Amino acid sequence: MTGRRTLILVLLALFVVAGMFLWKNPVSVARKSAGTTGLDAPEFALKTLDGSRLTLSEYRGKVILLDFWATWCSPCQEEIPRFVEWQGKYGNQGFQVIGISMDDNPKPVQGFVQDFRMRYPVAMGTQEMASQFGGILGLPVNLVIGRDGKIKAKHLGMYDLNQLEQEIKTQLDSQ
Amino acid sequence: MTCRSVLRPAMVCMYWCVAALCLSQAGFSQWKADPSQSATSLGQSSLIQPAELAKSLEAAKDKPLVLNVGPRMLYVQAHIPGAEYIGPGSDAEGLKQLHARVNSLPHSKLIVLYCGCCPWSHCPNVAPAFTELQKMGFTNVKVLYIAENLGTDWVYKGYPTDRGSK
Repeated sequence: MTGRRTLILVLLALFVVAGMFLWKNPVSVARKSAGTTGLDAPEFALKTLDGSRLTLSEYRGKVILLDFWATWCSPCQEEIPRFVEWQGKYGNQGFQVIGISMDDNPKPVQGFVQDFRMRYPVAMGTQEMASQFGGILGLPVNLVIGRDGKIKAKHLGMYDLNQLEQEIKTQLDSQ
Repeated sequence: MTCRSVLRPAMVCMYWCVAALCLSQAGFSQWKADPSQSATSLGQSSLIQPAELAKSLEAAKDKPLVLNVGPRMLYVQAHIPGAEYIGPGSDAEGLKQLHARVNSLPHSKLIVLYCGCCPWSHCPNVAPAFTELQKMGFTNVKVLYIAENLGTDWVYKGYPTDRGSK
């Protein structure tokens, strides 16, 4: 009987501690609910900067890093050279970076793409497309999409690039 | 083969390498934000925390005028209810719009500026907008402290949010 009472007290204490943790850290809970991880990545059709058509489905079967960025976003400026490097490093393993510019004005985007030697498809994002991906409520936003077309990870804000590379490698290794 | 015949091509090669490096850095540098315009230059006394702003927006009267000085694309995705879109504080057109919007207001009016485009230390918009209002003589201006971005620090914390443009 005493053992049972102790167990109940321990469970109760754990419940209270967990409640206090969630109360103090509401963001971690909210972030999960706001994500789109595990869902099929929504199809989109956009125009690249050179005017050609860009769809997500044409890259089906590849591991995709979908990067929402902007020319004024300095964390994006830190990330993009790494993405260019990864495109070269993992491209022949079925990896593809796609850049979606969230600039209000397309004018500076072309110059930025040239200066940063972004040798992967870049298109101007739209409100509709951003909403399809759960909303772009700050930059950068990176999504890792698996070969099966499902969203494996969504990162809002600055994220550890070594960790992101690891996530991509994991997807490249999985069939 | 003399020492000079080896050194000369090496020096020329080094010169071109340094020149190429300088040119490539010059290409990147035009995109770098001015550190003096970083949000971190704002003093603590000029900041308002999200919880405090959310509470003041619930009040029946004396609500602050909330102005978004970030990119329009992000404003349309999500913004604070009642917030008016002005334009990025980092560009001249945005500051012109800001000037026009507040020009007729009393200088004691409580104005809250916010952006939320990116982490606080990287936001290029709020500090120039704040400085502009100070120059105009406004004495009751606050900047909403958004540590990471509007999603993480406002929307996903459950504070009231609107979508679309005005």
